[in-house]
Amino acid sequence: MDLAASLLIQLLNGVQYGLLLFLVASGLTLIFGIMGIINLAHGSFYMVGAYLAWSLASATGSLAAAIAIGIPLSIALGLALEWLLIRHFYQRDHLYQVLLTYGLILVFEELRSMIWGDDVQGVKVPELFAHAIPLTDTLSYPVWRLVMSGACLAVAAAMYLLIQRTRLGMTIRAGAHSRELVETLGINVRLLFQLVFALGVALAAFAGMLAAPVSSVYPNMGGQVLIVCFVVVVIGGIGSIRGALIASLLVGLVDTFGQVFAPQVAGMLVYLLMAVVLILRPEGLFRRA
Amino acid sequence: MTEPTLRRRRIVTAGGALVACTAFQAPIVRAQPAKLRVGMMLPSTGTYSPLGAAITNGFRMAIDELGGKVGGREVEYFTVDDESNPAKGPENASRLVQRDKVDVLVGTVHSGVALGMAKVARESNTLLLIPNAGADDITGPMCSPGIYRTSFSNWQPSYAAGAVAAQKKHKTAVWISWKYAAGEEAGRGFKEGFEKGGGKIVKELWLPFPREEFQALLSEIASLKPDAVGCFFAGAGAAKFIKDYAGAGLKEKIPLYSAGFLTDGVLQAVKAEAQGLLTTLHYADSLPIRRDEDFRRKYAVTFKLQPDVYAVQGYDAGLLLGQAMTAVRGDVSNKAGIAKALEGTVVDSPRGKWTMSKAHNPVQDIYLREVVGEQNKYVSVAMKQLADPARGCKA
Amino acid sequence: MSRTAWIVFVAAGLALAAFPASGSTFYVALLTKTMILAIFAMSLDLLVGCTGLVSLGHAAFFALAGYGLALLQPKYDPASILLTLPAALAACAAFAAITGWLVLRTRGVYFIMVTLAFAQMVYFVFHDTDLGGGSDGIYVNNKPLVAAGGVKLVDLDDPVQFYYLMLALMGGCYLLLRRVLASNFGHALAGIRVNEHRMRAIGFPVAHYQLGVYVLAGTIAGLAGYFAALQFGFVNPEIASWHQSGAVLMMVILGGMGTLHGAIVGAFVFVLLEDAFKNPALFGAFSKHWQLMLGGLVVAVAIFLPRGLVGLATPRGPRARPEASADGAGGAGEVRGNGPASDAPASHGAGVQGSEH
Repeated sequence: MDLAASLLIQLLNGVQYGLLLFLVASGLTLIFGIMGIINLAHGSFYMVGAYLAWSLASATGSLAAAIAIGIPLSIALGLALEWLLIRHFYQRDHLYQVLLTYGLILVFEELRSMIWGDDVQGVKVPELFAHAIPLTDTLSYPVWRLVMSGACLAVAAAMYLLIQRTRLGMTIRAGAHSRELVETLGINVRLLFQLVFALGVALAAFAGMLAAPVSSVYPNMGGQVLIVCFVVVVIGGIGSIRGALIASLLVGLVDTFGQVFAPQVAGMLVYLLMAVVLILRPEGLFRRA
Repeated sequence: MTEPTLRRRRIVTAGGALVACTAFQAPIVRAQPAKLRVGMMLPSTGTYSPLGAAITNGFRMAIDELGGKVGGREVEYFTVDDESNPAKGPENASRLVQRDKVDVLVGTVHSGVALGMAKVARESNTLLLIPNAGADDITGPMCSPGIYRTSFSNWQPSYAAGAVAAQKKHKTAVWISWKYAAGEEAGRGFKEGFEKGGGKIVKELWLPFPREEFQALLSEIASLKPDAVGCFFAGAGAAKFIKDYAGAGLKEKIPLYSAGFLTDGVLQAVKAEAQGLLTTLHYADSLPIRRDEDFRRKYAVTFKLQPDVYAVQGYDAGLLLGQAMTAVRGDVSNKAGIAKALEGTVVDSPRGKWTMSKAHNPVQDIYLREVVGEQNKYVSVAMKQLADPARGCKA
Repeated sequence: MSRTAWIVFVAAGLALAAFPASGSTFYVALLTKTMILAIFAMSLDLLVGCTGLVSLGHAAFFALAGYGLALLQPKYDPASILLTLPAALAACAAFAAITGWLVLRTRGVYFIMVTLAFAQMVYFVFHDTDLGGGSDGIYVNNKPLVAAGGVKLVDLDDPVQFYYLMLALMGGCYLLLRRVLASNFGHALAGIRVNEHRMRAIGFPVAHYQLGVYVLAGTIAGLAGYFAALQFGFVNPEIASWHQSGAVLMMVILGGMGTLHGAIVGAFVFVLLEDAFKNPALFGAFSKHWQLMLGGLVVAVAIFLPRGLVGLATPRGPRARPEASADGAGGAGEVRGNGPASDAPASHGAGVQGSEH
């Protein structure tokens, strides 16, 4: 009974971790796939979301309010960043985007330190969700983690609807396939890119806000997420949301179960997975053809 | 380049001083003794920077209380950010020793960096005061006449935790921590303390550092059903562990014991989940010690912050430097004299009186604390005057 | 290279050669570290700038050689450098050959990620397994003996001698790589960088050339890693981390890709500026925020200097070499987005590279 319960918990955790990764990775894959921008600073947006959750929740006393205020703030941040810096780099070589965003990581870290300090901070889980479901006489599963998974799934569904069923989504898909073609059709690609970038930032920030009660809020928290998200994006295929979802679940489960059954190699399992996928399918699982 | 300029400036100053000395004949001119250059190598960026700040605050407060002078010499500060990066440890320490020509090195938080500092300190024969890094080796096989620690060894607080767990009549325990030097040394301490009190460690669970996915191991603990769990975590990882331990429903069922670093500095993040946790450390909030009450009041007024164990360790390092320099009358190169003065000396610290061991580690009281509100409240003295065994130190 | 450029470099070389006379032991050590990093950066530039292969996993070789030294050295007495150095280099070359064969099956951003993957695997092998002291690292206690026939040639414990050795190695590497680039092999690489398919169509065994340069780059990176471990006396898994790979890539891009001396300039600027920003004597209390200054500088260079720092020196004009902006990610081997394959740099079209097909 205990074994079944702990495997169930592992499964739930793997899925929850994967779904959280999906939130961050989907933003990354959109920005990469549609705008062609390699954004190393994406992890910083995750961190910004978490810190916003902390300071806004402390100020308002409610995580829900923090999220409600934080999301528009993140969108504004994304728009500002795009307008100030990113738009100069669409025609530039990927390497300069890498250089720019690497510099941005350093800048964001230091700004974070100056604005919010370096202490570890916590965010309280909203009262409504602050209990755990007992599974055995010693083990229980926190409700908030289920809420996190639920929220991520809701976002995934919303993105599916957006991309597959709306005009905007159609434009996004077309723009990803060929920006020049879309421009010749008279569609305002600039506006499109602004929206996509802002959306990407908001997704990453939202993920940070959701995760804050579980992982706490601390310096450099974006770095670990960033690298795994790049792996997810690459495994799934750049620009493919569906790919990002499948890949993040895969990565979430491999990583979680890896840590249970093979802790010594758990760290590199994800990279091994990516290497294998790329060698077999050099452009990811769901190449956007 | 600052280097040649400094040299040139010194030559000019020296020349000028010489001329001035010959000009003044009869009255005995007491030349001002050279300032004592103190190099502070602490983190000012990253997760450990609040600790670095607390240590610096404590140290400076002690020196200010001594009038800004030790052994008759005014203290001049030099700082370097060590970024808690062990690979840059020797380089950063050399910055202070070679470029800034410091007489005393003070630092640091991270043990890996401290080991690098110790290497440089030994090679350059510079006095090193360590206000935190707990690596057992520093006062073990790598002990040295010029290196002193005012904090703890990783073994100490965890040994006390193990002893407390055994005192509470727990017979079996599971140990969980990160697999790195600090975790392993803490594990050894806990095991010794626990087994000395009649308990038995049934399993040791290790995670690669600094992994925070504890769920799998928590499930294992639940299925093993031990009487108690001993652990060592610090920083953000500690906060997560506390949350996950409570979230998995284990907190009420299986008591948790740990060195105080589990709950120090993270209570603002895990207030609800941490209530009632018992930890052992050489410092606590609301110690019934007059010296501490005065210290806390003064620190809070000066820095608008509550002091913590790191501030006290920094403060004691300042006191220690004062004692050392007074004994040798400011002659920092007299390492033998310093050793003679410091070994066995009693430091009247806010944490209580402690003695400097022959291996240069504090022999001190370890307190049992309980989390109440956002404080680690003093409960009792877990172990009186506990000395680290200093295995391997040929002092 | 123009005459002024030559004069500048000779002057810089002389300045470096004369520096130890200033007596500042700390800066001698810092410059030694910088020269080691310059060798590391040059090896990456060989891949990125000269062949169009952008690797984000170059630190793997750096770490392998460093750990090789740490693991091979005997406990008490120093071993001969003639034993440990070739062994470390051989390990790097072997790793490069095996992983290169796998990695070169991908292109563009996928290539970047697979190189990263292998570097991360090296990182985790050293971090999580018992192979190398785990996250705490290993100390390199003795510097190897540089001796031949019983005569000690260079005393590596003497910082000044070590400095000159690295200066010689850095210069030697530069000259060697210049020769390589000027040779037929080098010209083939340039051709591959500009248009891989055309080279293949002509009959060049492109894969062999790419593997060859990958192994060469990996081995030289190993050379740098060996001496870095020697200088610090310490190795830990962080030297294999993506931060390290990222930092050296920064140096290459910062300095200017494809020129080799750009890599040297980038390394010097990056290290010395970081040191300057951290120096309270120069920046007072603000030196605490050195990350902000360094990050800001990197951002500024990315925006205002599209060809890196050496691009400042070379005048804009009809480009002598098809710069192709070393279109690493979209680069060699990419079918250019939506147009016929062409050899001129054409539109960077980086924004369109989103499709990466």
